[in-house]
Amino acid sequence: MTQSTQTEIELLAEKEYEYGFVTDVEQERIPKGLSEETVRLISAKKEEPEWLLEWRLKAYRRFLQMLAEENEPTWANVTFPKIDYQDMYYYAAPKPRDELESLDDVDPEIRATYDKLGIPLAEQERLAGVKIAVDAVFDSVSVATTYKAELEKQGIIFGSFSEAVKQHPELIRKYLGSVVPYSDNFYAALNSAVFSDGSFAYVPKGVRCPMELSTYFRINAQETGQFERTLIIAEEGAYVSYLEGCTAPMRDENQLHAAVVELVALDDAEIKYSTVQNWYPGDKDGKGGIYNFVTKRGACRGRRSKISWTQVETGSAITWKYPSCILQGDDSVGEFYSVALTNNMQQADTGTKMIHIGKNTKSTIISKGISAGRGQQSYRGLVRIGPKAHGARNYSQCDSLLLGDQCGAHTFPYLEVKNASSTVEHEATTSKIGEDQLFYCMQRGLSEEDAISMIVNGFCREVLRELPMEFAVEAQKLLGISLEGAVG
Amino acid sequence: MTSLDATNERLRALCDAAEISGARDEAPLGALRSAGREAFRTTGLPHTKLEEWRYTHLAPLSNLTLELPIAEAPVDRALVEALATPVFACGLAVFANGRPRNELFGLPTGDVELLPLSAGSPVLGSLVDVKLHPFAALNAALLDDGVIVRIPAGAQVEHPIHLVFVSSSPQASLISSPRVVIEAGAGSHAIVVQDHVSVAGGRPHVTNAVTEVRVGENAHLELAVLQREDDSDIHIANLAVHLERDSRFASHVVTLGGRLIRNDLTAVLAGAGADCTMHGLYVGTGERLIDNHTLVDHAVPNGTSRELYKGILADDSRGVFRGRVVVRPDAQKTDASQQNPNLLLSDGTEIDTKPQLEIYADDVKCSHGSAIGRIDEEALFYLRARGIGAREARALLTRGFAAEILAALPGQPLGEALTADFVARFATGAEQ
Repeated sequence: MTQSTQTEIELLAEKEYEYGFVTDVEQERIPKGLSEETVRLISAKKEEPEWLLEWRLKAYRRFLQMLAEENEPTWANVTFPKIDYQDMYYYAAPKPRDELESLDDVDPEIRATYDKLGIPLAEQERLAGVKIAVDAVFDSVSVATTYKAELEKQGIIFGSFSEAVKQHPELIRKYLGSVVPYSDNFYAALNSAVFSDGSFAYVPKGVRCPMELSTYFRINAQETGQFERTLIIAEEGAYVSYLEGCTAPMRDENQLHAAVVELVALDDAEIKYSTVQNWYPGDKDGKGGIYNFVTKRGACRGRRSKISWTQVETGSAITWKYPSCILQGDDSVGEFYSVALTNNMQQADTGTKMIHIGKNTKSTIISKGISAGRGQQSYRGLVRIGPKAHGARNYSQCDSLLLGDQCGAHTFPYLEVKNASSTVEHEATTSKIGEDQLFYCMQRGLSEEDAISMIVNGFCREVLRELPMEFAVEAQKLLGISLEGAVG
Repeated sequence: MTSLDATNERLRALCDAAEISGARDEAPLGALRSAGREAFRTTGLPHTKLEEWRYTHLAPLSNLTLELPIAEAPVDRALVEALATPVFACGLAVFANGRPRNELFGLPTGDVELLPLSAGSPVLGSLVDVKLHPFAALNAALLDDGVIVRIPAGAQVEHPIHLVFVSSSPQASLISSPRVVIEAGAGSHAIVVQDHVSVAGGRPHVTNAVTEVRVGENAHLELAVLQREDDSDIHIANLAVHLERDSRFASHVVTLGGRLIRNDLTAVLAGAGADCTMHGLYVGTGERLIDNHTLVDHAVPNGTSRELYKGILADDSRGVFRGRVVVRPDAQKTDASQQNPNLLLSDGTEIDTKPQLEIYADDVKCSHGSAIGRIDEEALFYLRARGIGAREARALLTRGFAAEILAALPGQPLGEALTADFVARFATGAEQ
């Protein structure tokens, strides 16, 4: 590797987090610590019905049990000090003004924050002329949703989770916990007990959602855990594309983000879920940063349904995340496209699960890992073909690119096949940028910078092209900050 | 009490019995035996909650009431010739229920020395940690005797060294604990064949083998492990290899028989420039469960490893494969590849495969791949269009799938003999 390449890589390693500011808004918080009282208080603040409180309490008891049995997951290839679940705020909200009449009523400080993040809340400001309905979640609560009226005309429900609990309790009651039960895992149990808000989307039968739905998550308050819950339902023949983005201020302590996302696709429905995750990753020495412990799962319940996960993971001190698909309906399709970047002291253990239950179900997994600095990265995936999944098909590809001699890249795929008529393929490679590829490009007159940029770009392209156009811009900008920008 | 607990009790009792009858408990074996006993008493048998054993249930083992092989098994030259894979012109060593039968040892072994374990070897007990491998601990605790294969430095051994392990459980189920040490001296070249067979009839036999291999500088060793026991037998094997600078090692593990087979194969590339090849072929018929765990540990720079494990599963058989490739922080310029293709022939089969890369160095080239599928319909059509019957076409394609491993076996007669065995077993065992 030549001197200039070395410098590029060092440049990349030294790039600072640009969303690390704190917004000064009046906060309303529930005292620190986790107890039945906390759970009841959150539920009361949300004016929730009795059954939801009961559900939360069941989850809380399950969590306590898991905590007592020391069931905190330890199998992931990450290390971090034990989390004290009492030393944390479980609810923080911008102090409510009077009932929000319109977007203009949103706290100007918060609006300024989102503007700074490049998420205009005002409806007239449109990203590149394309309409995106945005639900903005600030710490624990949803602060604004745009384009609501326009969506409602088509029967699409999109907004904050707590609002949906009040307005569409029948839907919430039917689907909440139906994909990720409260007892699913340690962090899901915690989330189910204390989740404060999140987004809810419902697309009725035969409706193709005319615009991208988007949620922007922002952790602002100190020593706060963010526990949001997202539920998306696509009825028969519906289509929806959903985007989420996340940022957090720079702080010295670690903050916990334990979210749960549930997707339900009925016959012929399609859900496309894209994430650009850019939580604060901590500083160069690994001080601070978000623990991103997230459970995401989609159920392809109907025939010919499709769920597609696309993620660009560049932030967080630790990422523990496995967006999964349960391919229950015959001919259903699951997809997982991922770019994960770990730099400095970041650790990521991410991947997917594809559970094939129905006949002729198909899944594709494309995972690209880029490891730099002292970053450690693992792909962990499960492909399970059940005994009745005749003709099931899976293709997985996991590639890792190593930049620097102190980082690591690991692959832990599990393939469990119980049906002989299925076909499963898994491939993985790990290497540094190919010297011969560089040579080939440079021999044809490209500068070294351009050549590296081209190779890295090509390395991630399969995933980036899956992102909706408007989001790809942000994703590329993000990767650009850490990679393409540094080399190109 | 579960049946696994009961088996643990039983095995611990056997360990105690072996301790009491341990007349041979002098150095160097005494320390190994007591370390094994100690470790096994603490850990007991592994269970499916352990990641290493999550797909392998020991039910076929825990259903047996095991005894130690006290009496000499009736094994003679004629029986060995009938059972063993024909390897022409070779040095022969025969073990009955794990115990060497010197009267059946045959020449020529050339410069190679075949010694009892009591002769001592620095390799013995140094490559397999009994604390990490419960079955290796059990092997050490129940250790009777085994063999040290000492290949002197610079020796070019022309004929394969053929170690035949005959197991026989005529009345009660016996557990034998063969132990093999191979010392390949610097610059030597040799082929060693471990051939596991069993006497038909009787009760299910358990073989719990440990093999430790050190390949010296510039040495080249080919090791074939053939598991061809009776369909009711259980075979647990732990094979650990230590490769020194610029050495070459190739293993060929072929599993054709048995009820439950578990192989732990670990190769540490401890010297720069070492080259390791791991070949495996596992063939499942009936209710057989075959579990192969391999680990290639690139500890120093410039190592090369090639791993190819192929599986063919029919009837209600199950395959488990876990291949780990670890590249340590300093092991730059490592070139590692691993492949695990599997052919599923019937609906009752199951395969759980887990190829795994752990890379801590950046200037490396590592890849792994795994594929699971059935016989290609187009290939089948091609053959049938040329007048070959469906059954025969399937057999041809299955054989073709296995040929890559069988053809690479060291020594032509070995490859041919194994192919014949493969074809014979498959014709009778699997529904095509």
